Amino acid sequence: MTGTGLEAPASTTPAVLRRKGSLPRWAPLGILAATAVVMAGVAAATGSGVGLWAFLTAVVYAVATYTTSRVVEGARKAADRLVTVIVTGAFVLAMVPLVSVLWTVIAQGWERFDVTFFTNSMRGIVGEGGGALHAIQGTLIITGLAAAMSIPVGVLTAIYLVEYGSNSKLSRAITFFVDVMTGIPSIVAGLFAYALFTLLLGPGVRFGFVGAVALTVLMIPIVVRSTEEMLKIVPNELREAAFALGVPKWRTILKVVIPTTAGGIATGITLAIARVIGETAPLLVTVGLATGVNLNPFDSRMATLPVFSYYSYATPGVPRDPFLDRAWTAALVLMLIVMILNVVARLISRYFSPKTR
Amino acid sequence: MGKSVEAKDLNIYYGSFLAVEGVNMTIKPKTVTALIGPSGCGKSTFLRSINRMHENIPGARVEGRLELDGQDLYGANVDPVGVRRQIGMVFQRPNPFPTMSIYDNVIAGMKLNNKKASKSELDDTVERSLRGANLWNEVKDRLEKPGSGLSGGQQQRLCIARAIAVRPDVLLMDEPCSALDPISTLAIEDLINELKNDYTIVIVTHNMQQAARVSDFTGFFNIEGTGKPGKLVELDETKTIFSQPKQKATEDYVSGRFG
Ligand SMILES: Nc1ncnc2c1ncn2[C@@H]1O[C@H](COP(=O)(O)OP(=O)(O)OP(=O)(O)O)[C@@H](O)[C@H]1O
Ligand SMILES: [Mg+2]
Repeated sequence: MTGTGLEAPASTTPAVLRRKGSLPRWAPLGILAATAVVMAGVAAATGSGVGLWAFLTAVVYAVATYTTSRVVEGARKAADRLVTVIVTGAFVLAMVPLVSVLWTVIAQGWERFDVTFFTNSMRGIVGEGGGALHAIQGTLIITGLAAAMSIPVGVLTAIYLVEYGSNSKLSRAITFFVDVMTGIPSIVAGLFAYALFTLLLGPGVRFGFVGAVALTVLMIPIVVRSTEEMLKIVPNELREAAFALGVPKWRTILKVVIPTTAGGIATGITLAIARVIGETAPLLVTVGLATGVNLNPFDSRMATLPVFSYYSYATPGVPRDPFLDRAWTAALVLMLIVMILNVVARLISRYFSPKTR
Repeated sequence: MGKSVEAKDLNIYYGSFLAVEGVNMTIKPKTVTALIGPSGCGKSTFLRSINRMHENIPGARVEGRLELDGQDLYGANVDPVGVRRQIGMVFQRPNPFPTMSIYDNVIAGMKLNNKKASKSELDDTVERSLRGANLWNEVKDRLEKPGSGLSGGQQQRLCIARAIAVRPDVLLMDEPCSALDPISTLAIEDLINELKNDYTIVIVTHNMQQAARVSDFTGFFNIEGTGKPGKLVELDETKTIFSQPKQKATEDYVSGRFG
């Protein structure tokens, strides 16, 4: 009740303003610890597992916090604490699978996370040893090609929609089809690319570029959507400011609108790349797998990390273990690449974002 | 620098909505003309049609003639971008480019248009424009800092500096002080007084004292009712408008007996 020294004496404070008692700072943690211990006892007595224990703890903790707070602090504070518990609970729940996947992949992939894995291909390997150099290169080449095709198309489409479309029929149609494209299952994109190149070059063609086209189909709508959202939040006043200085529209877009939101666009693009780099199904159909290094995306099959991982795990040779280990390590490398991309996106957006100081 | 602007039977539309009707107005070179009138009567609309910013709004168009020193601004072979290079504009809300430093903001008109200029030329332009906008002393030590880090009033003066850096013939200002404190407002009014030595200035304001203080001529716009077009009721020397206007509506408005 003390602190600022500005409060009026308690007796003259009107009821609306009067503060009720408050729980000490350690109360939430204290209640949580107590609940956990009690529930551990209950779980041990009834012989139930960890899952049930966590669930019971959460429920009882929420109820206990609410009641305690309600008695001591009043209804508003109690509701606040209850919602805090629910929100935190949702967050923890969301983190469980994430952390679990991360942990499993790291633990299992660590075994073969060695130099050989990054310097060798699978050429001539039947059992132990070998690496995924060819798959890493394949993934980078195919995803790079896909990015090189979909970023210009996607960004320019978004620019058309926001800056030139002004809600015309064409722009509404494009928006509609982009939304539809977002929902295309990745295997359909793969079949589309496969069918397209079969029509062009005859049946049974498989090479890296076909896979890149399949990934492009998946990537374009993501790039369009994210870029569009970013361009929309550039305030119109900035465009007007440039127009009023006698700057033509295309220069305004190029030099004012895009730089203002470059960080956001870059983040969107990186997330789109991260989204397609792990695609397995379309690459399985269009690119297949190879055991050795193939750096030419226009000729013959190519290995990629997801497909490599999938085949090593689904159809291991004898002995099994080296294959499974390599599958996990390939997954780990893929995850690391995505993580690096995210860090790069952050750096880019920090570098470009408007500064105020 | 400092050219005359003349509007002849100007009708301004948003789509099929006639927002401003039949404006006939002559603005003399190197004078300050204030536009006053109730909200929604089309002051901003008229102002934005002078530098052809109006047509950026989908469906917006203009009928009639608008001349800059006798040259038709809406002629078939006139490039709106060229018009805007001669007629600068300052907006109601300061809008410096957030990605640019103070220095780059001032020379944005040249930089964005890829005008080649030597470093010393640019330095001169920046100093001249910032001095012209009464901002030089406040920012001369932090020209490399972002423009959005300045106070609102400083940002507005930065926008004025940016507008005069390209040496336009006419400067349009749409309620440039409405977001500012009295001291910044005074600074900008002083600035307008200096700027009229070189530029023709048209300023929209809701503040009658301001109109009386800064302008040589005052135009009163009025609107008869919602959905009706706004019209220029009267344009005369400022002291005439505020002491013995010819129209009853003007007198009611400037004396506060409006509506
Ligand atoms: N973008 C627009 N689209 C359609 N109508 C508009 C648009 N902008 C303004 N109008 C209409 O045009 C008329 C004149 O508006 P304008 O903004 O010119 O008024 P104003 O005199 O500047 O008012 P204020 O003093 O409030 O700024 C109003 O009826 C307004 O609703
Ligand atoms: Mg206005």
